[in-house]
Amino acid sequence: MNNPEYKPNNLPKIVKLPLTAKVIAGLRTGDSVRLSGVMYTARDAAHKRMVEALEKGLPLPFEVKGQTIYYMGPAPAKPGRIIGSAGPTTSYRMDIYAPRLMEAGLKGMIGKGQRSQPVLDAIKMNKAVYFAAIGGIGALMSKRIIKAEVIAYADLGTEAIRKLEVEDFPVTVINDIYGGDLYQRGKARYKIIA
Amino acid sequence: MREIDAAEITKTVTRLFIEANYHLTDDVLEALQRAQDTEESPVGKEVLGQLIRNADIAAKEQIALCQDCGAAIVFLELGQEVHITGGDLNTAINAGVREAYETGFLRKSMVFQPFSGRVNTQDNTPAIIYTDIVPGDKLKIIVAPKGGGAENMSRLIMLTPSAGRQGIIDRVVKAIDEAGSNPCPPIIVGVGIGGTAEKTMLMAKKALLRKIGLHNADPEVTELENELLRRINELGIGPMGYGGRITALAVNIEVFPAHIASMPVAVNINCHSSRHKEAII
Repeated sequence: MNNPEYKPNNLPKIVKLPLTAKVIAGLRTGDSVRLSGVMYTARDAAHKRMVEALEKGLPLPFEVKGQTIYYMGPAPAKPGRIIGSAGPTTSYRMDIYAPRLMEAGLKGMIGKGQRSQPVLDAIKMNKAVYFAAIGGIGALMSKRIIKAEVIAYADLGTEAIRKLEVEDFPVTVINDIYGGDLYQRGKARYKIIA
Repeated sequence: MREIDAAEITKTVTRLFIEANYHLTDDVLEALQRAQDTEESPVGKEVLGQLIRNADIAAKEQIALCQDCGAAIVFLELGQEVHITGGDLNTAINAGVREAYETGFLRKSMVFQPFSGRVNTQDNTPAIIYTDIVPGDKLKIIVAPKGGGAENMSRLIMLTPSAGRQGIIDRVVKAIDEAGSNPCPPIIVGVGIGGTAEKTMLMAKKALLRKIGLHNADPEVTELENELLRRINELGIGPMGYGGRITALAVNIEVFPAHIASMPVAVNINCHSSRHKEAII
């Protein structure tokens, strides 16, 4: 509780997408961030296809360089709405694919839950960032999405790749380029050892 | 013998799945509000506030609380004096699931052939149905849409008798510690103790249906529930794993006699968006 390095991040940082190297360097584990701009959705099935494409030397359905991927498969939109409920899915299932995408230039990932060591290493090495969005508040998150369009793998339905435009999209920095990890830090701070 | 029309079962299942996906139950909402009062972590408090706001938006705007509208799990308590007419029971339930997920704009998350094709079944069927035959002439239907993130953190631990009470505590706490932020804490922990491998898993799942604040009728089990809840909340995982005092809202245990050689323990976790709804026909 008395760690002087810890400051609650009550004032969110306003960040425009796509991320730049300068912006990424300024992000620290624990920062509350509001994202605006373009991001792409992909979860298990789309990741599998993208990495298979890379292995075959084929182009990806969008230029991944500098981009941010949101691990999300939305609920269907009711008439008059842009998108249905749209919260993050658990990230570790993408761990096997994420380092390959970072190698191809991916800079931002948004999901929830802890990542594997190879992903943490790749984040540091490629100077990328892992954000978490709050899981289970998809109704609220859907209101921060102002445009949504399926751009690839339409046959995957909810798992298709969507290009999203977001405004004031609330996320928290979990892993920064300096090796910080909010899950470890947060837990260590509140753990009670009997 | 009382007759129940299969069409009425379909209609009820449809209504229940839509309601369960749009509305958090009062006991969960109240538990989240209490958690917000007691949570010491400022970030944790903020997260809990967002969960409550989300429930408010979903209910007001009649949209899904979470994009993961779950596998469609259905528990039936079928009175032995009931005669179902106009169709068969499982078909009627699947028709209700299909209708709910289509007309309620709920995400369809089921895929065929899990190990290869993984092609979406397009209507969130098949439902996962458990039927108990009970005395009486009524049909109780409980629906429990279950998200994949929390379900993936389930554990079956085939302990042997010498592990005792402490062995159960250690292994359950370890399972929650390893799950960490993945199952969307604050969670509800269902625990099965005894029976056989499949029996205890089912008990753990059913334990998640219990209202928050209610305990197992056996005081010795209640004591174990309280101790496990305390130990889990000492882990420091906190709301969404950002660190905090509230990792679990409840631990619900169901117990069944076991074989002389065995002490199976099952852990099934529900995310904070603990969704279930029931009706009696």
